[in-house]
Amino acid sequence: MAKILMKGNEAIAEAAIRAGCDCFFGYPITPQNEVPEYMAKHMPKSGGVFVQAESEVAAINMVYGAAGAGFRVMTSTSSPGMALKQEGISYLVGAELPSVIVNISRGGPGLGSIQPSQSDYFQVTRGGGNGDYRIVVFAPSSIQEAVDLTIKAFDLADYYRNPVILLGDGMIGQMMEPVEFNLSKKTNLPKKEWATTGTNGKRKPNIINSLALASEDLERHNYKLKKKYDEMEEKEVMHETYKMDDAEIVLVAYGTTSRITKNAIDSLRESGIKAGLIRPITLWPFPNKAFNEIPKTTKSILVVEMSMGQMIDDVKIANEGRLPIHFHGRPGGMIPSPEEIAEKAKEIVGGAK
Amino acid sequence: MNSDKRICIVSGYYGNGKTEFALNYAISMASKDIKIAIADLDFVNPYFRSREKEELLAKHGVRLISSNIKESGSDLPAISGEVSAVINDLSTRVVLDVGGDASGARVLGSHKNHLTQGQYDMFYVINANRPENSTAEGVINNIKEIEESARAKFTGLVNNTHLLQYTTVEDVVKGQRICTNVSEITKLPIKYIVASKIITEQLPKDLEGEILPINISIREAWM
Repeated sequence: MAKILMKGNEAIAEAAIRAGCDCFFGYPITPQNEVPEYMAKHMPKSGGVFVQAESEVAAINMVYGAAGAGFRVMTSTSSPGMALKQEGISYLVGAELPSVIVNISRGGPGLGSIQPSQSDYFQVTRGGGNGDYRIVVFAPSSIQEAVDLTIKAFDLADYYRNPVILLGDGMIGQMMEPVEFNLSKKTNLPKKEWATTGTNGKRKPNIINSLALASEDLERHNYKLKKKYDEMEEKEVMHETYKMDDAEIVLVAYGTTSRITKNAIDSLRESGIKAGLIRPITLWPFPNKAFNEIPKTTKSILVVEMSMGQMIDDVKIANEGRLPIHFHGRPGGMIPSPEEIAEKAKEIVGGAK
Repeated sequence: MNSDKRICIVSGYYGNGKTEFALNYAISMASKDIKIAIADLDFVNPYFRSREKEELLAKHGVRLISSNIKESGSDLPAISGEVSAVINDLSTRVVLDVGGDASGARVLGSHKNHLTQGQYDMFYVINANRPENSTAEGVINNIKEIEESARAKFTGLVNNTHLLQYTTVEDVVKGQRICTNVSEITKLPIKYIVASKIITEQLPKDLEGEILPINISIREAWM
């Protein structure tokens, strides 16, 4: 199939439709508006349902309802809207409901700005909702990857009976790139026998619920959920490395920032500084193993984020105190340039000599 | 290019490359010592707007009329009063860079009293690699929708078919084929063929429309 040119948001929406998304519930917020706009136009054509909810809170609860009835469901929003969805996300996990949640994030805190930001890292990896829960978080760095991961997200959600989050900064939503839609072989997914599809008088009613009256039951439920998180940690970690073999400084970045960082790495190498990149593709589970494989030549780590420093906490955990960790971040919707990242790396390498 | 009307309205389906065409068109005019302004009327897109290119435009002598709310964090439908002023200023050419599709084109309705049929060009920018504009039918649907909400009629087509840095001559030729189909049905002439210099040099010579080699300016180098 020939490649077509799509905006990130449109491509995510189209990927969801191709992945068999039955229902989309959302509420407009910049910079993700093209997702609901595209869904409004195209979901009816594919026999799906599009509802513009009255709020983000309503949308995530519609997701709960439709996912409980066994449908493939997606919602999408941007940072402040994601904050509003947190209660619903915790309920989805508690009730074990597969769903795909897209956050095309923007500058914060508060209403913030409409420009790209990565300051929702804590929100998506630590959870703004209550209770012990974990969610696989995909962080694409290109539109093609956003497409592939959206498709994958639906399968993972169904397999684990858990929400999956796709986190793209505003630039991933707004940027245009050539894409193609490759539907990989259908994963063998179990039938949704737990869904509330009507008993026809032939079986006991299925119940979708996140409330437990007996603490013993809830404890057991948490152990059951934990088993799923363990399996996710074992199977779902994704990352990319770039020019790591002989690196004296390792940069760590994800999403849009990783693209800028790659440019910085190329220019650093031209000026004789051996730089490499670890790019987490899943933010949770975090690619801890990649940090065990950092070469002996490496003397320091530089974390680059469009935030005041959030992923850096996970890098510290993965690094286990081995190497000094530095940070360069631009918050509030500002995008770092390759030049300023290279400058920071030069400072660190120069200082280490 | 010299035979173009003083007012040049650039519209089309969103993501077809209107802003890139508008910037290059204005800069190309300015390089011939023609007085020209570009008015950013885009209140649909939050990123990649011509207002981000003030420095570049100033360097080439193109005046930028932005929103009267200048900050990058705004996607408010605020259009500067200067736009009407420049539309009525017979001493300068002006490019109106209109935001995506029919909702973005609504802004033109508010300038209807200053836009007299025959006094302006209105170009539909086509990128046939965009899914909505990959067929003549898709393009014509968009043309109708935009004309309705803009309350203005298109006067020409711009073939801006590309795939960013992966564009081939075949892409442009494919786009030209769709433009020709659209042209046959709508009677709108193909006014410009847009591509990077390397591509334009390899194009067949007999294509309808003036070739406008462009520099990509709206995307950052790291993209």
